Amino acid sequence: MYFLRRLLMLFLVIWAAATLTFFLPRISPRNPIREKLIQMSTQGGYIEAGIEEMIAAYEEKFGLDKPLHEQYWSYLKDMARLDLGVSLANFPKTVMSQIADALPWSIGLLLTTTLISFVIGTILGALIAWPRSPRWLEYLVAPLMTVSAVPHYIFSLVLIYLLAFRAKLFPLSGGYTIGTVPSHELSFYLDVIKHSLLPALSLVIVGIGGRALSMRGMMVTIQGEDYMTLAEAKGLKGGRIFYRYGMRNAMLPQVTSLALSLGFLVSGSTLVEMVFGYPGIGTLLATSIRQFDYFVIYGIVFLVILGIGVATLLLDLTYPLMDPRITYEGK
Amino acid sequence: MAQAASAIRYLRRNGRLLVGIILLLILFLFAFVGRLFVDGNDAYPLSAPANLAPTLEYPFGTDSQGRDLLAVGVMGTYLTTKIGVVAGSLGLGFGTILGFLAAYYGGVLDTVVRWVVDVLLTIPSLLVLVVIASTFQGGIDVNGMALVVALLAWMWPARVIRSQVLTMKQRAFVRVAQLSGSSNLEIIFKELMPNLLPFLGASLVGSVTGAIFASLGLEALGLGPMREPTLGMTIYWVMYYGAFVRGMWWWIMNPIVIIVILFVGLFLVSAGLDELANPRLRRRV
Repeated sequence: MYFLRRLLMLFLVIWAAATLTFFLPRISPRNPIREKLIQMSTQGGYIEAGIEEMIAAYEEKFGLDKPLHEQYWSYLKDMARLDLGVSLANFPKTVMSQIADALPWSIGLLLTTTLISFVIGTILGALIAWPRSPRWLEYLVAPLMTVSAVPHYIFSLVLIYLLAFRAKLFPLSGGYTIGTVPSHELSFYLDVIKHSLLPALSLVIVGIGGRALSMRGMMVTIQGEDYMTLAEAKGLKGGRIFYRYGMRNAMLPQVTSLALSLGFLVSGSTLVEMVFGYPGIGTLLATSIRQFDYFVIYGIVFLVILGIGVATLLLDLTYPLMDPRITYEGK
Repeated sequence: MAQAASAIRYLRRNGRLLVGIILLLILFLFAFVGRLFVDGNDAYPLSAPANLAPTLEYPFGTDSQGRDLLAVGVMGTYLTTKIGVVAGSLGLGFGTILGFLAAYYGGVLDTVVRWVVDVLLTIPSLLVLVVIASTFQGGIDVNGMALVVALLAWMWPARVIRSQVLTMKQRAFVRVAQLSGSSNLEIIFKELMPNLLPFLGASLVGSVTGAIFASLGLEALGLGPMREPTLGMTIYWVMYYGAFVRGMWWWIMNPIVIIVILFVGLFLVSAGLDELANPRLRRRV
């Protein structure tokens, strides 16, 4: 039952995203896509050859001569097949192929940094709240608060200036050295890692801030529980109490907040990628905004919403594994 | 007098609130007193020589389009705060109304509001705002920016207020008012609202923070009011003109320092107000 409800909700989210990208350009007093085409045709030059095909592709995509509900229906069908149309700025390329080029970069960066910051942040937060930890850990609270309160990319800007420009420890921007051709060689991978370190570092540090603070809050609450007193009274070892009694019970809200913060995470990393010129989805989004490439903007937004919806659902379904007190059956 | 004295005594116990208020006060003085001494027009292009490091005449330096960065800081703080306050208040107002209606009347309305809020909260709002703002092609002004941000600023207030009203609805004083024949509107405005005021105050800080956050993100992506020197647009120009490669630290640090003070101040005030509005938290470490 619960699963069906969640599935329906996922479906609603995706439908809402598709509907939004269908109706917004039509409600707006201007027709951005038309304007873009006109602007490009008046500029003339190399784009001239493609303009007729582009208009044809555009008209066919929306079937502009048909009534609105038929356009809407065919748009929904296209979206369901993940047919996101063609790019306006790089014409013959489809939106899907552009996103497919950028996606591995973003997923790699986001997945590693989220995992690392989740593990470090959770353990650090638990340690700060633990009465037997060294006192100096308490001094970490203020910097953690600052880091978690300020937008991600602000912190990236500081890091770029200090570590890349001043200290010259890292390259200023990009995903790999300009001029090299992406290949499956060790030197290229090393180059990529060198370029990814700074964006990753800024995402990890910021991620640790929020996670550590919420984990600290949970651990403080849990220490008042009766089972903690009992564990102490039984004379269990400190480490066992810390991991099996304390952290185990404080973990669930952490996982919930991870699921809830996925959207936030993606928004944050979008801007971080843009700041670093890292060739992922965020930079693609920023570039297409500059070029007024609407199909790419809409395509990215639609796919990201789809991805987050699915990821949230999967995380949701792992709660019963994490905490046996939760079941989705019976009700 | 006595009230002021007790307020000060309370502030000394609530350190976070105190530090937060001081930080915001500094920015307030910077923005509002600064406007008395700085010509706002200097915050627009071609009002000063370009690319100057800080000098006596231009203590904050100038940027590549010839803006006086002191004026940019002053105007940017003012404009960005304005966007945040307008959008945050609109979002909180709309969210409060929805939350009240949903919780008080229940039924189909409640189900619809709950579902819409749940659905919208899982979507990264920045991306939806990108779609909306991109239809304006940068031809948006500061007020328009506030309206766009407000469009997605009401979900948290609606959800939180709804749950607050739900618990309060069961309390004795509401039952008494119902039995003594008060109308629904009377109960909402005379019984429930006054009890929620401290809570609404704390939520306002949260929604203003969220609104500033969203507006900065949109502006940094290049979807803000292109002509106006808001903090987010300053960051956009910093990246657009490659201030990093050219080592123009005075230009880079300007919006960063202001934004950090602003967010840390807002965070501390909101944490402090939570403590004030929710006495149960007071004794917690």
